[in-house]
Amino acid sequence: MRRHRLRWWEALPWIAGIVFYFAFPDYLGFGCELLVTILFALSLDLALGYAGIITLGHAAFFGAGAYTVGMLASYNIWTEPITGLLLAALVAGAIGFLSGIVLLRTRGLTLLMLTLCIMALLEQAANMGAAYTGGFDGLPSLPIAPLFGVFDFSALYADTQYLFALAVLFVCFLFVRILVYSPFGQSLTGIRENVSRMHAIGSPVRRRLIVCYTISAALAGVAGGLLAQTTAYVNLAVLGLDRAATVLIVLILGGYGRLYGAFIGAVIYLALEHFLAQVYPTAWQLGLGLMLVVIALFARNGILGLAETLWRRYENRRGPS
Amino acid sequence: MNFATDIAGIVLGGLAAGTVLFIVSVGLSVTMGLMGFVNLAHGAFAMFGGYVVVLAMNRAHFGFGVALAVSFIATAALSVVLERALYWPLYRSGELDQVLFTIGLIFIFIAGTTILVGPEHQTLQLPAALSGQLNLGFVRYRTYSVFLIVIGVLIALGIWLTFERTRIGGQIRATVDNRRMAESLGINVDRLFTITFAFGSGMAAIGGGLGAEFLGLDPQYPLKYLVYFLIAVSVGGLGSVIGVYYAALILGVLDFVLTLYLPKGGTIFIYVLTILILLARPQGLFGRKEL
Repeated sequence: MRRHRLRWWEALPWIAGIVFYFAFPDYLGFGCELLVTILFALSLDLALGYAGIITLGHAAFFGAGAYTVGMLASYNIWTEPITGLLLAALVAGAIGFLSGIVLLRTRGLTLLMLTLCIMALLEQAANMGAAYTGGFDGLPSLPIAPLFGVFDFSALYADTQYLFALAVLFVCFLFVRILVYSPFGQSLTGIRENVSRMHAIGSPVRRRLIVCYTISAALAGVAGGLLAQTTAYVNLAVLGLDRAATVLIVLILGGYGRLYGAFIGAVIYLALEHFLAQVYPTAWQLGLGLMLVVIALFARNGILGLAETLWRRYENRRGPS
Repeated sequence: MNFATDIAGIVLGGLAAGTVLFIVSVGLSVTMGLMGFVNLAHGAFAMFGGYVVVLAMNRAHFGFGVALAVSFIATAALSVVLERALYWPLYRSGELDQVLFTIGLIFIFIAGTTILVGPEHQTLQLPAALSGQLNLGFVRYRTYSVFLIVIGVLIALGIWLTFERTRIGGQIRATVDNRRMAESLGINVDRLFTITFAFGSGMAAIGGGLGAEFLGLDPQYPLKYLVYFLIAVSVGGLGSVIGVYYAALILGVLDFVLTLYLPKGGTIFIYVLTILILLARPQGLFGRKEL
């Protein structure tokens, strides 16, 4: 069986995305946040789930993309949305490439620390240049040019933003899906599973990791740029440890190394956060903590992993097919 | 104030902050060196200890010293319970699981503290004997800072002697160097780890209590200082007491100078320096093995 064959249920997220547009016109702002989070988690899935690069600093690239779009728009240098996202990908990818060259020689705790430090470094740089980046107050009311010169990014009604974000996510997802089922993607999985064997069969491990990290960073940059465009706002929070931890939690909750984990995780996390965090912020944090502990101890592959286990058990009971 | 006393003041203030950082981080360094366990929740024990100290002093009217002792025992006991109940199944799993688990633990501690004590900032009232100024001959400086520096030297010396001169210290060093070999020589690594984990958490509690006066104490503590604990440990080198001591002192002084002269984003130099050091020596300044 060809593993990359499209299955019927793979259309479901996109149908749900379009249904959401018609069913909840008042929640499109929330929908945008959801789509951005999915894209961000998807970018992390490529680095963490497929290549096994454990990073605590992925928000560095998200923030780089957000500030690229934000600062270009804020000073009226470049406000076109599609090319804006490409620029965000370029800047974040460049940072990912440069940091990847030096970081990916290390492993384990050193790598974890270095990713954390790169992110903290960018955050402090943005803080230092508060005259340009707006510091903690951020850059509000970014002017974003209409999409194709026609569709306005209205601050009141997020319909253009939502459809635009959905389209961007779709394109990026297709790209990632093709990538992970390509020989390149297979070699990443090999590196995750056993580095020494990949070295032994002559795979250029470090080069593969750097390429993967760069692509992952560029996608995170697109997610960040998309956030800046859909909310017309950027501040230092895009670069914080909080955001890096959140995206990690989203991905783990859904299940990493599975493409669709990012979707499931983002939907469940944001829905819970949306309804619980406003009413019981402390209980939400407590629940989040307990959930993480339970996942780490008992359900390492997240919700999708649990679902797969249950499905396999069900098929076994039905007898071999 | 002239320039020389300025410098002396900065160095003393930085050393005091660095001492607290050392007392909190030393346990993390040793436990990470022993088990390779990425324990991001170490700061939560420091916070827990800090809260025990403050509450014992403000509500039960204990003395500072007694409160610190109570805090050490309470935190060490709590850490043993957590270690035996939750930590041990994860020793042999990957870093990712450990990172997730300990981040979850941080959230539980933050939420638990907010629920039990409240989200507000806690203040610690130093005893009168420590709150004045002390004449050191060349400069007058806060008694408490000088007290902290002296305590730090004594603790570093004590732990170093334990490591170099006692049986358990030798066992710890052997296990950090080569765990499998140590195990096959009959060293009970699990028990050794529980003991050092309890001791390290207790030290973190003392650090949390000693630093509460100027680092502040609120439920966000474990996240706020997480990066600093990790920098001290990784730059110093895993399992190296002297390494953590030097790294923490340097970090303390640097942070003090930078926040004084470059309040906006000055700490960027700390991160640059950390990255450079870790790239040049991935095992840290005094570490003997890869992280």
